[in-house]
Amino acid sequence: MSGVSGERMVSLCPKLGFLLDSRDMHSPRPLGAEIRNEFPVLDQLVQGKPLVYLDNAATTQKPLRVIEALSRFYERDNSNVHRGLHELSNRATAQYEQAREIVARYLGAPSAETIVFTRGTTEAINLVANSWGGRNVSAGDVILLTEMEHHSNIVPWQLLADRTGARIEWVPVLGDEGLLDMAAVRETLARRPKIFSFVHISNSLGTINPAPELCALAREYGVTTLIDAAQSAGHLRLDVAELGCDFLAFSGHKLCGPTGIGALYGRAGLLNAMPPWQGGGDMIARVGYDKTTFKTAPHRFEAGTPDIAGAIGLGVALEYVDELGRERIFDHDAALAREAYTRLEGIPGMRLLGPRETRAGLVSFALEGAHAHDVVTLANEEGVALRGGHHCTQPLMRKLGLTSTARASFYFYNTQEEVDRLVETVAKIERFFSK
Amino acid sequence: MSELYQEIILDHAKRPMNKGVLPDATATVEADNPTCGDEVTLQLKVADGRIEDVKFTGQGCAICIASASMMTRAVKGKRNDEAGALFQQVHDGVQGTGEMPKGELGALGGVKDFPQRVKCALLAWEALREALGMRKSGGVVTTEEG
Repeated sequence: MSGVSGERMVSLCPKLGFLLDSRDMHSPRPLGAEIRNEFPVLDQLVQGKPLVYLDNAATTQKPLRVIEALSRFYERDNSNVHRGLHELSNRATAQYEQAREIVARYLGAPSAETIVFTRGTTEAINLVANSWGGRNVSAGDVILLTEMEHHSNIVPWQLLADRTGARIEWVPVLGDEGLLDMAAVRETLARRPKIFSFVHISNSLGTINPAPELCALAREYGVTTLIDAAQSAGHLRLDVAELGCDFLAFSGHKLCGPTGIGALYGRAGLLNAMPPWQGGGDMIARVGYDKTTFKTAPHRFEAGTPDIAGAIGLGVALEYVDELGRERIFDHDAALAREAYTRLEGIPGMRLLGPRETRAGLVSFALEGAHAHDVVTLANEEGVALRGGHHCTQPLMRKLGLTSTARASFYFYNTQEEVDRLVETVAKIERFFSK
Repeated sequence: MSELYQEIILDHAKRPMNKGVLPDATATVEADNPTCGDEVTLQLKVADGRIEDVKFTGQGCAICIASASMMTRAVKGKRNDEAGALFQQVHDGVQGTGEMPKGELGALGGVKDFPQRVKCALLAWEALREALGMRKSGGVVTTEEG
């Protein structure tokens, strides 16, 4: 990366749909151990042992910068948005709308008007299923999902299917490696479903789906696409133009932001063609007793007082993540996950899920003779925070013949030593149950 | 390694007692805990108000299976009302609101410090309560509410 000062070197990894951008390489800040002092919560003992937090796919920890942004807003600027004419309201509105612009930049979206704030990925998908789905999906139509979806990308569509008489088809997941059956993708897209909604990175397998390829295929058949970027937004550089999606949903709390805030990207033109899905203040143009007209997007989708501080905190979080560099974050987390995968594989009775090559920063596993909840309870005794369960992917678990797995998911503040602690702990648990 | 997983619990989890099918059962109850994926099918053979035989099948975590195994051993041969009283005692004991029964069932008492595991420990016991007709919900028990 040397010798190209000031020039932006971009290379695209098209299969995975993220950009490698040399801008992030110029002044890298250290990840891992050296950044942990920016995350106060990490510095504590659990069960008398230093906390090893490996539940980042559920939610990430928050840096001081985000925590301080929230309290700064409440201490100095707190006011409602888009309503007041006074100083505080102007400040709050400016910061709230500035956060929207940060989100747009973060996703490579053409304008802030394509960004709707939501409570998170789940609400964003519900918005599309209700508003876009209500207008575009009817009896006999097909909604295409994959077998590796999170419940949040299943249930809203099931509700829509129930309401409209549409039906859901599923792209199969192949074996424990957890890759999509691409032949089936082509086959089902050729039958022209109304929408193809798929997860970018699987939270229970670590699979990275080839989002640009999936969107390009869908486009060939005129199929609308939604990317569930809950697990990818904090780890991959996303550019909605490169991805080629119509909608993209993500949550702030999985990338250092507060809980309760996330966003929906909708391709220009799409959002304004969609009816509101919740009514209330702030989303209307003119209200009468007999008729009401609505604002244009994104405001028509933001009824009521939004999570103003949350949106501002999200903006701060996104800038923080980009300052560290999403490619570096991905490399850091994926390296830890690869190492964990390789070392866990050596433990007797170990069944690892998800792709061996090119996996995201998480490892999901089942230990013969030890239920995931027993594994997680015992890991907690060692101060290691794992997730155990079906990871809100019950249909996938059933397909794999499992009821649950234990999962270790990494972020940029995790360290090599924590992988050691993980592997030692799981090995100890295995010995405990096999003695 | 843990207060929760005492030797006796691990023994029952690995080699559960009374596991299998009861061909002449007078009551069969399926119970599940969707969050964990734990499933227990409990069968009783009751005659003259007494549990003559009891068996279970299912899968689940160590706490769930050990509890099911210990339960079948504890209630076999007991009168229905005695089994019902034992249910209540375990129900309260694992939640820390009462004393656990004496004997091996006492080992389940450690669950009270793990609130998220109480459901695991109670699954088979809830099935017992159902099978004894102490609660009417059509032969299916779930620990999930709503």
